[in-house]
This record gives sequence, structure tokens and C-alpha cells, in this order.
Amino acid sequence: MQLRTAAAPHAAPITSVPRIMRHVLYALVPAALAYVWFFGYGLPINFAIAAGTALVTEAGVLKLRGRPVRPALTDGSALVTSALLAFALPPLVMWWVPAIGAFVAIAMVKQLYGGLGRNLFNPAMVGYVLLLVSFPIQMTQWIPPRADDLQFPHLGFKASLDYSLAGRLPPGLTVDALTHATPLDTVRQGLRAMETFSEARAGSLFGEFGGRGWEWIEGLIALGGLYLLYAGIIRWHIPLATLGGLLAPAALLYLAEPSRFASPGFHLFTGASMLGAFFIATDPVSAAASDRGRLVYGAGIGLLTYAIRTWGGYPDGLAFAVLLMNAAVPLIDHYTRPRIYGHAKR
Amino acid sequence: MLEITLARRLVGGLELAAHKTASTSQPIERCPLPPELVISLHQHGGHSAVPVVDVGRRVLKGEPIGKPGPAPSAAVHASSSGRIAAIEERLVPAGNCLRRSLCIVLETDGEDRPYRAERADPWPAERAAQLERIARGGLAGLGGAVFPTSAKLASANSCRMLIVNGAECEPYISCDDMLMRAAPEQVVSGARRLADLTGAAECLIAIERDKPQAFQAVAAAARDAADARLKLVRVPSVYPAGGERQLVELLSGEEVPSGQVPSDVGFVCQNVGTAAALHRLAEDGEPLISRIVTVTGGGVAVPRNLEVPIGVAVGRLIEHCGGYAQGVARLIHGGSMMGFALPNDTLPVTKATSCVIAAGASEVRQGGESWPCIRCGDCASACPVRLQPQQILGAAHGADFDALGALGLDDCIECGCCDVVCPSHIALTEQFRRAKHALGKHRQRRALSESADERFRRKERRREEEAERGRAAQEALRHDVDAGEAARQAAVHAAVERAKRRREESQH
Repeated sequence: MQLRTAAAPHAAPITSVPRIMRHVLYALVPAALAYVWFFGYGLPINFAIAAGTALVTEAGVLKLRGRPVRPALTDGSALVTSALLAFALPPLVMWWVPAIGAFVAIAMVKQLYGGLGRNLFNPAMVGYVLLLVSFPIQMTQWIPPRADDLQFPHLGFKASLDYSLAGRLPPGLTVDALTHATPLDTVRQGLRAMETFSEARAGSLFGEFGGRGWEWIEGLIALGGLYLLYAGIIRWHIPLATLGGLLAPAALLYLAEPSRFASPGFHLFTGASMLGAFFIATDPVSAAASDRGRLVYGAGIGLLTYAIRTWGGYPDGLAFAVLLMNAAVPLIDHYTRPRIYGHAKR
Repeated sequence: MLEITLARRLVGGLELAAHKTASTSQPIERCPLPPELVISLHQHGGHSAVPVVDVGRRVLKGEPIGKPGPAPSAAVHASSSGRIAAIEERLVPAGNCLRRSLCIVLETDGEDRPYRAERADPWPAERAAQLERIARGGLAGLGGAVFPTSAKLASANSCRMLIVNGAECEPYISCDDMLMRAAPEQVVSGARRLADLTGAAECLIAIERDKPQAFQAVAAAARDAADARLKLVRVPSVYPAGGERQLVELLSGEEVPSGQVPSDVGFVCQNVGTAAALHRLAEDGEPLISRIVTVTGGGVAVPRNLEVPIGVAVGRLIEHCGGYAQGVARLIHGGSMMGFALPNDTLPVTKATSCVIAAGASEVRQGGESWPCIRCGDCASACPVRLQPQQILGAAHGADFDALGALGLDDCIECGCCDVVCPSHIALTEQFRRAKHALGKHRQRRALSESADERFRRKERRREEEAERGRAAQEALRHDVDAGEAARQAAVHAAVERAKRRREESQH
């Protein structure tokens, strides 16, 4: 009897890239539902446009590069990038905003560096930052949450789609009437105007910790992150270090001067904190490799996010913080390589 | 009072599906004698044994048919009685690969007549004689690496801790488990003899947590032995906790320095099967002519452990276990993590054959799709040596030999953990094996070119020295010539002077 041979190990692998990407997408579903509930249909529309653009772009570039198209399209990584980008964008934007973001993320950040696994920077964050600095008006068209006591107009699915594709709003409505500053921005402006933190966050748009609606979404994102931890898709080092890096200065400064600085709870439950800690910073490709390196990397993201939010020119700084730490990864990896078994301490 | 302790946690490693209960539900059975045995003379690591019989000769069970070659080596014996039919090269399973080796083909007579019924001389008292008997008894490490036991013990100077390895961490394999259940007193007696031989003050018997029956049996036997050196250690059921280096770390907290072996730093590891074999050799004069083999996997009808004479074809074992059950995708020699695939089932059992897995299609990795590395770092977390496999892979692709050395490729134990966790399904271990080979070649080349450089430099130096010497000699010669010339001129001058004086005198 002749048998086929193969090299050891013979045990089958326990996971795969598509499985990881699938789980990341699953973990975002509860937060996405809450997002739709509070902020309308912008998120799914933006995701669909970004995903379509990302897949077409990826296929096109791979064709140009003469590489096989199918495995790259079915690995799910482009969908994860699109989902993260959609979560980062304001709900009320026209179609070309997610399209440009996804194109830049996939064509320039991912494929031009060699495709999956080769990119130095987080594709979704580069796409987002590029949009933020290029189209500041569109990128600040955030809308207030839906709640019984808040009398803001909200668009239905068809109206949202209409605005995205054609820029048309229902008669009598303007973009200004629909949009509102984010909680992070409101607090930032307030603190700059020498209001105290409690004065700045006094409006009806604020909830227990962060903005109303936002804190639910953040909480569900954190829940999704815990699911990823439980399923072994991500490991605890980066989320913990990121949140720790954000919380440590926030807590210290808030304890020192509670009127001049936003509370740690506010920092945790507004903006991109949870999404960043569990879903963005944990992108393995652009993160540090070793456990120790990941602690350094995460802490750096948290600290930089806090610094940009508090003293920088943008209300949220997570995307910039991630990109800055992406750039520091080779250095971190070099200095945090674990000591090999049987080798003396260096 | 027997001391029972808990080992430390393993760094990295994997909690793999054990697949062991299938083969442990049946007792050990003796494999019937086939009409032909193929006994490799390379049953152990180091040098092959040298045949001492000719074709046609009749031999008895346990009679030496190969004497130990230059150390490290061990003897090889006839596993049954019969006639030597041929001595020829064949493909045989060795420690971690298939290799060609001189084999003695034995036509069995079915009588299984033992060699020297009155048994050999009594077990000697002094160490050197014992080691010699161990080599002549054909003992080799039965954990799978089959390093000659005598050589390993001989190099174990100032042993601080003897580790008797019953961890058996690889999936599927259960031969050590079954041995400890069936003959714990042999394991304990062998362990004490090993402790005597190494002079170790401590003898730790390490057994994985998922073998409670074996643990109880060995604990009872150890209590009966009432030897203060014996201690039992429960080892976590994490692969590869049973690797020598890992076990040293788990049991002592110390690490074996890179490039050295455990015995260099005072540790000796011996498998429980080897301990039992030592017991039988010392008590009954029985050389190593059979071993327990786990026959398992979804592709075999009745998985179980067999006591197999060395040299039986693998296919015979399967046959005795009810034959092949369903489509067999792969026949694996050893465990599913570090074992190697056999091209057919006619290959003979050697002392290295701890397990034969007839694996069904769902039990093994299929070629299939793979993706680029996404730097997830799961490989690094799983690595028991704390390597960064993803960085080694990058260096291997770039043939960056300096980086490969610095990243610790030499320290890779090829356990396969990184492969199993890799979401991109990259064959890391296989690429590392190749990279090790390439690194070895590169070092050889560099050593060659360095020695050539050195030779060239020496030759240049020599040539210069010779030239220098030549110049000095010439100088000296010239000096001599100059001196001679001066003397000659002086003599001429003196003669002219004398002649002048004589002329002047004659004129007066």
C-alpha cells in the first residue's frame, strides 16, 4: 500500500484568517444595531459603499499586480477594514467619502505595500485621517442621538440613501439642522472657553459617562471586544494597555483639577476609545509582535490619544495615535524581543 | 513518605486534543510473530551496530546479531529465533526521519527459543561495567529519540537531578501510559537503578496530569520501594511539556543553556520505557528486543497498545488491530506533532517506534489554502522556546543568515506548535527545518572561506619572511664579499708596500 507523505506537524491548524475576520465582524454587530437605532442608517450605507469599493479596488490592484484575486477577496480583511472605516465616519456623508476612504485604505495603504500582512499602517485609520484633513466639513457632520426628549429631525432609510447618493435632503431640512457637535467636541470647546467640565457637559446630549447614545454603542463595542478575547481572536495586552494609557493621565489630571479636565469615564465612553482599544489597535498586521511590545504599543496609543484630545487640534486623537504608534512598531519590536530559552539575559 | 509535587507552568505550548482514550481502553497485547523480521542495525542515534552474523546462520531470541559500533552506539539482538535470510540495505524509520540502513532479515522459526536459557552473568557492581552491559543490552531512549542509553549515562557527570520522563505529551501516543499502568514496579526499579548509575540525589518521575491511573500505579510502586530519592511530579497536560528542555525548566526552574544538552548542566532525562528496559536487562538479563507500540487513529479498527518484537512490519500491527477501518489519509510514525509520515506499511518497527497512527482524512492537515502572515503573534505565544517565528520566517525568506542566527533558529525544537496555531496555515516548522539546513551549509561555507583566507594570509606571511630572509642573506654575503675585498685590497696593498720596501732596500 502506497501512502502520501507530508511534513510534520500532522495535526490540523486550529484557526484561519477568514475565521478571525469573520469573528471580528460578528463582534461588531450589536454595536452596529445600536448605532442604527441612535444615529440612523448612515452606518450600514457607508459600510456597503466602503465594502463595495474596497473589494473592487482590491480585485483591480491584485489583477494589476498579477496576483491571485480569490483568496484575498474571500479572506474578509477588506470587509473588516470597511467596517472600521464606516464606524469612524460621521453617518451623514455623501457616497464619495467612504468610497475615497476605502480606496485609499486598500489601494495605497494595503496593496502598494504588498497586500495583506505587509502594510505598516492601519488601512482604515489612514483612510479616515486622509478624509479628516481633506474634507473637514463633511467629516464633522455628526448628528445628535435619537431620544424621546430630544427634538432633532432624523432621516429614514430612503432619505439617508438619497442624501448619500445624490446629496438631496427632504424639503425643509438642511445639513445644519440635522447635525450637531459631538460630545467630545462640545466638552473641548467648553473647556477652551474656560467653562468647568461639569458646565461643559451639562446639556441634554450627555448621559451617565459620555454622550447619550454613544455610551451605549461604546459599551456594546466593549462587549464585542470581550467576545473577541473570549474567542481567542485577540489577546488582552493591547486593549488593556490602550485603555490604561488613556485612563491613567485622565484619572490623574481629573483628580488634580476636576473642573478643568474631562473625567476618566467620559474619556472611556466617548469618541473612538473602545473601538480603538478592542478593534483598531488590535489589528495584528500593524501592531507590535511580542506581548511586552504590545503593552508598550497599546499604552502609547492611549497616552497619545489623551494628549491629542486634551491639548491637540482635534476633538478625538485615536486615529493619529494609532498611526504614530504604527510607525514606532519596528523600534518597539526590536527592543521588546523576548529572551530565548537557554540564552543569558541581554 | 513519597513526595508528590506539581510542576511549574510551561511557557507557551498548546493544550491539544489528546486522542489517547481510544488506545488506552484495551490492555496491552503481544503482537504475534510474523514469518519475517527486518531488524535495522541503526536502531539508535549515533553509530550503527556492526553485524556479527552471516547469512544462513541460525540465531536464538535475544542473541546479539550486531555489536556496538564506535560510541555512541548499542548492540542489536535477534527479536526471535530463526535463520538469517539476508543482510541488506533497507529503508527504516530512525529517530526523526526515514533513512537507509543495513538490516538483518530474520526468517522466524516460530519457536521463539531463548538465547542462553541459564541467563547471563550477574549484574556487575561497578559503574563502567554496568554501562558496558547497557550498551551490549542494546538500550536506547524509548521516548522516540533513541539515543544510546550507555552514552547518555556515561556523559552524565555530577548529575544533580534525574528526570524519569512519563509525561508523554504528544497526542495519540499512550505506550508510556500503558506501561506505567501495567508494570509500574519495573519503571520504579529502573528509575532507582538509573539514580544509582548517575549518582543523582533526586529522582523525579514526571507524569502528565491526564494519566491519573498511571500516576496512582507508579505512586504505589514508589511507596513500596521506599527510596528517599524518588519523587513524583504532576506535569500540566500541555504539549510539549515532555520535551527534555521543557521538562528541565518545569521541574527545576532552570534552563538548559543554548547549544548545550541537559547533562552538561547536571540533569539527566530518561524515558519510563527505558527505565523499565534497564530493569529487565539487570534483573532478567533480557536485552531490548521488543517495545510497546501504540497503534491508533481513525483509520484503524481497534486502536490499542501492542508489545511488538523489533522488526515486525507496521502493516502487521494494523492487521492485528482489526485492519484499516476507513480511508487512511496518512500513516504516521510517532505522534501527530513531531512524527513523520510513512510512504508504505511494510517498513519495520524499530526501537524508535512509539506509535503508529493510521490517520483518517479529518485528523490531519490537508494542503489547502494558505494566506500571508498577518503578524498575529500566535506563533510566538505558542512557542515554548520563546522564539518569534514570524520574524524567523521573514529572515528565512530573505536568506538573512545573520538574522536567523540572532533570532535563535538553532534553538527551535521543531515541536510544531507555531504551525498548529497559525491562522495563515504557513508550514513554519518545515520552513525552519529547511532554514536550519541552509544555515548549516552557510556556516560551513563561511568556515571554509575563512580557513582559505587564513591559509592565504599565512602563505603571504611566509613568502614575505622568506624574502626577508633572502635579503638578509644577500646582505650578509655582500658584507662578507666587501670584507673579503677589503682584506684582499689590504693584502695587495701590503704586498705592494713590501715590494716597494724591498726595492728601496736593494737600491741602497
